[in-house]
Amino acid sequence: MTLADYVSRIILPLLGVGLVLTLYRILRGPSLPDRVVALDLTATFIIAISAVYSIASGQPSYLDAAVVLALITFLGTVAFAYYLHRRGGNE
Amino acid sequence: MNDTLIAIFIGTGTFFCLVAAIGVARMPDIYMRLSAASKASTLGTGFILLAVALFFNSTAVTGKIVAIIAFTLLTAPVAAHMLGRAAYFSGEPLWKKSVRDELGSGGEWFRHKDSTTERPDDPQPTIPDTVSNEAPGNKPYESKSK
Repeated sequence: MTLADYVSRIILPLLGVGLVLTLYRILRGPSLPDRVVALDLTATFIIAISAVYSIASGQPSYLDAAVVLALITFLGTVAFAYYLHRRGGNE
Repeated sequence: MNDTLIAIFIGTGTFFCLVAAIGVARMPDIYMRLSAASKASTLGTGFILLAVALFFNSTAVTGKIVAIIAFTLLTAPVAAHMLGRAAYFSGEPLWKKSVRDELGSGGEWFRHKDSTTERPDDPQPTIPDTVSNEAPGNKPYESKSK
């Protein structure tokens, strides 16, 4: 069993299961901050999946997507937190 | 040997990522979910990226991966802190079995100190209504600065 087989048969399905669990929380989450937390975790999972997929395919170009996603996610989460903070003040 | 090390690192990272996902899906409270999501997923992603750096073994890939890991380690706690604070001040309830609420019951934290347009001199700490601090045998946190 080579490393690419190990990654694509065991690791990627496990990460997919994790992605489905966070999707469950996004769909069900009782309030908006729950969904934001789950969205943040989804982005982290996509970083992990693209890194693992670069092993499975042997091409390091997929790491560029991981870099960009790591940069963008922080901005998105901070924007959501700022929005929640402002919205809470008006209620 | 190298492949074994890579496989172990990827397995550990996947385990921690999966623990974070299970925590987000199963925890009863947004603050616990936030704690599970931010810490465990940072560790899991770090392990996976370390394994990728070992696999490619070139300077360009290692540089990218060091950048990703450093940025994740820097920004994940900041994002989690901002998100938890925003959730608390927008009135998210704590779990009903939580025993202590130090942010709401003491200190100088008032609700939306920076977003009040009227009554800026009203020093009334508004705790979210659903948050109670009356667990048996647990006195509310008394602030020393008052």
